[in-house]
Amino acid sequence: MSVFVAVQCDDFCLASEYDELRRHSACGAVVTFSGLVRELSNNILHSMTLEHYPGMTEQALVAIAEQAQQRWQLGAVHIIHRVGTLKTNEQIVFVGIASAHRAAAFAACEFIMDYLKNRAPFWKKEHTAAGDYWVEAKASDQQALARWE
Amino acid sequence: MIKIRFFAALRERLDCSQYLLQCDSNSQSVATVLEQLKGHDSLWHQELSRTDLLCAVNQQLVPLSAAVRDGDELAFFPPITGG
Repeated sequence: MSVFVAVQCDDFCLASEYDELRRHSACGAVVTFSGLVRELSNNILHSMTLEHYPGMTEQALVAIAEQAQQRWQLGAVHIIHRVGTLKTNEQIVFVGIASAHRAAAFAACEFIMDYLKNRAPFWKKEHTAAGDYWVEAKASDQQALARWE
Repeated sequence: MIKIRFFAALRERLDCSQYLLQCDSNSQSVATVLEQLKGHDSLWHQELSRTDLLCAVNQQLVPLSAAVRDGDELAFFPPITGG
């Protein structure tokens, strides 16, 4: 399996990532997920800043990709996560999976996002009209891991 | 020396991203080091007493019972909110 992991300030291109993933000739399925900065319910978000733990974050993402490979037969896993300041509608995270069949690709993509949200050291700070706030962790993200245990 | 690192909201509240701690013994638990750090002042005591605090030794998530040795990097941070 090939694993590609990147933590970067720069944006990523979905089409380029998809083209890379579909090069694996033994794979008949590609599933991709992208996460975006979304507006808050009261329309006051200006931007958000993502902080990470350099070194640990990359190791955690590789470990998550390898855990996914132990559960499903995968051809390729790409994980890209942006850091720095991002505005509404900008892309934050990309997970792309290539596998022989769709079931493994769908499952691995969800598994990786669930673990990324709980195990990869990133933190979001929202910049709003009412001030700057660190995002609180959600119990629902923690609970999402239960289905894989 | 143990290199202590703080991230995100914790780093901001402590106004400290990195702290070097003299190591008195070959191996001690993260919990023991945490108690030492709480003695810094009342703000550190309050912030480092939060029950949701996460820690990593040499960039691996560990429980407070994990061992930390001279030369290790020990990090404390709030719950993760990426993705």
